[in-house]
Amino acid sequence: MILGIDTSLGSTVAVVESDGVVRSQVESADPRGHAEVIGTLIAQALDEASVRPSDIAYVAAGMGPGPFTGLRVGIAAARTFALGCGIPVVPVTSHDAVALELLLHDALTGGFEESAADTLAIVTDARRREFAYTVYRGIDDDGLPWRVAEPALIPRDGLDARLAELGALRRDADRIPSGLLAVCAARALAAGREIGPADALYLRSPDVTLPAGPKKVGT
Amino acid sequence: MNRAEPLILGIETSCDETGIGIVRGRTLLSNTIASSMDEHARYGGVVPEVAARAHLEALEPAIRAALAEAHVALADLDAVAVTSGPGLAGALMVGVGAAKALAVSLEKPLYAVNHLVGHIAADILDGDAPPLEYPTVALLVSGGHTSLLLVRDLTSDVELLGETMDDAAGEAFDKVARLLGLPYPGGPEIDRAAASGDPDAIRFPRGLSRASDMAAHRYDFSFSGLKTAVARWVEQREAAGEPVPVADVAAGFREAVVDVLVTKALAACRDHEVPRLLLGGGVIANRRLREAALERAAAEGVTVRIPPLSLCTDNGAMIAALAAELVMSGRPPSTLGFGADSTLPVTEIQVAEDVA
Ligand SMILES: [Zn+2]
Repeated sequence: MILGIDTSLGSTVAVVESDGVVRSQVESADPRGHAEVIGTLIAQALDEASVRPSDIAYVAAGMGPGPFTGLRVGIAAARTFALGCGIPVVPVTSHDAVALELLLHDALTGGFEESAADTLAIVTDARRREFAYTVYRGIDDDGLPWRVAEPALIPRDGLDARLAELGALRRDADRIPSGLLAVCAARALAAGREIGPADALYLRSPDVTLPAGPKKVGT
Repeated sequence: MNRAEPLILGIETSCDETGIGIVRGRTLLSNTIASSMDEHARYGGVVPEVAARAHLEALEPAIRAALAEAHVALADLDAVAVTSGPGLAGALMVGVGAAKALAVSLEKPLYAVNHLVGHIAADILDGDAPPLEYPTVALLVSGGHTSLLLVRDLTSDVELLGETMDDAAGEAFDKVARLLGLPYPGGPEIDRAAASGDPDAIRFPRGLSRASDMAAHRYDFSFSGLKTAVARWVEQREAAGEPVPVADVAAGFREAVVDVLVTKALAACRDHEVPRLLLGGGVIANRRLREAALERAAAEGVTVRIPPLSLCTDNGAMIAALAAELVMSGRPPSTLGFGADSTLPVTEIQVAEDVA
């Protein structure tokens, strides 16, 4: 059983069986307040799946990209939950979960094949008039979305030109499906692959202004 | 749950120290601290985003180190404790998220507590000291806060008498150090520079100490005017082409800070007829402050308590100690529904207590 946790946009937690069956998925759409809801969501996801912490074998952690204040809450929670249970964390690039959801859906409905492009870009709000985007091309042999360009930031008004250049279809996301995040982790484990970075995908340096020497106060 | 001598792990991330503490009742088993201070040095002060990133990286290794030092396993814990506030919001959230997930995974109760009251609880872990007596006045001084409290009971009755209106005392040390060309953190640097200086050579102003201030701000502090006065004094010297006597400036500045802190703390003791003063917070490491407090308190018949310095700076042991007191006094745990509260008032000793 895998517990999936992601706070890169809203806050969401899921319990998924190792073969990919989603037992529970709960979420809070609030783009802030991650620290408030995370404990309740984990407890609720376990409860709805009728499992106890000791039934969980892995924790899938959404590593972003995402605005940093919220993103960290889920990663911290994933790490300490795993520590508490003595189990490993599987880092997952959060956009992978969205891509897998869309690609599976398109494969089922045939919608994707009818579109001209086989390349798609998952796009999320990165605040400060920027988007975070990751480019994918179909599902690979391991059942994972094939990431052809790593997550990056771009000014909002530059996105469409960039995607046209890449020939990628724009798919905006305002939530991360934590169930699919855990499914990505399950498939990565089955394939023996690492699919997410060990550290948070902030994509931005911290805001700091170096002190400019003592200011004159006058007399 | 063992309510007689609970084993508690405390998580503290309100500023730049990732603190993990483990206590059994009133016995300290581990006080593990990972500080990001070095990363802030080149900015001359704590950068919130840098601190929060460092917490995320330091948390898990710090928990492992604390468990190893205490020779306990997570499964042995009776409860998990965490700082809910006050502090830097983004930094607090890392600890809150981590503590909640840890508590849920262990199926153990969680106590969300007040950082400032934690500073008082640190004193309880001093095995060599006699038991803490109530009521006591507490003066908490650090880079993040300067507060004067009246503590009638650690777990149920803490009153805010006064606090800083602008900079915290530790911040004032950092800013004055910078304008004297001394590195961060400013406290030890000012101390070093002041060692050879004359504290009476330059008389800097004591903030909020005039008779006209005393009605509304009897126990409040202000250090920004002092900082400006130091800056102006230094500028005038430089403008006149004279050398700046750094040692005298440092000594005079430090004396002004110490004087106002001790004067107001002892006034609180006198006004409330409480002959006990407890000191806490990182700035207590300042030797001149400790000396002045001990000397002047003795003259007024006030007993001063100072926890070991390793427990004065921000740490997780004090958070665990406060939660242990709550457990031992029979208080229920917190629910999971609390957040990081950067301005949590000191009267809220425990947050989200599950009264149902
Ligand atoms: Zn503090």
